[in-house]
Amino acid sequence: MLIFSFFKTLTDQVITVELKNDLCITGTLKSVDQFLNIRLDGIRVEDPERHPHMLAVKNVFIRGSVVRYVRMAARAVDTTLLEDATRREAHNTGK
Amino acid sequence: MDALIPFTTSGSLVDLVDKKVLVVLRDGRKLTGVLRSYDQFANFLLESTVERLHYKFEYSDVDIGVLLIRGENVVALGEIDLIAEDNLPFVEIPLDEMRDKLAAQEKRRERDNIVKDKVLGSLGFVSDRHEGDAY
Repeated sequence: MLIFSFFKTLTDQVITVELKNDLCITGTLKSVDQFLNIRLDGIRVEDPERHPHMLAVKNVFIRGSVVRYVRMAARAVDTTLLEDATRREAHNTGK
Repeated sequence: MDALIPFTTSGSLVDLVDKKVLVVLRDGRKLTGVLRSYDQFANFLLESTVERLHYKFEYSDVDIGVLLIRGENVVALGEIDLIAEDNLPFVEIPLDEMRDKLAAQEKRRERDNIVKDKVLGSLGFVSDRHEGDAY
């Protein structure tokens, strides 16, 4: 649940999603759900020559199960807050 | 609608219903059609579905019709910008020609892979490219 909440805080930030088929899609995060399915707006694909079918696509829904990495700006993440939240969650689930 | 169920698959996909969409499947297929229904597993029901085959800047279409896609096979679902679609620098070629080109490409790739496997094999690496897809 923590990572889901974390992704919710990234809403409206520009992120890059790398899929397991090596396709990298950059766009504005519009929504994320409990499976970490991702909805991106205003997308741009790295290496469009290899993925010509994506040229006419402007917003995309990515199934969570095919995501390899999500890259985001370092300033979008409050690591100390995230650390605290992780400890708190571990503590609460341990009870 | 969006305000009521903001963080569910259903909440995020309502606005794509009845739009022309592109669905990318795990086996690399690209399908375009009109999204008629979906659920929380990302199962999709497409109408007037067409499979598009690409080879460099050429393409061909194969008519499929109504298609229910099981969610586990889905990689991504994109809304097609109809204006951008009209301005793409692609040319349509006959399906037979496309199939020949893709078969030739597959043959070349297979030949390259055999060479690669031989070289890696001689260095002690085992190829696992025959095991499933990238996912």
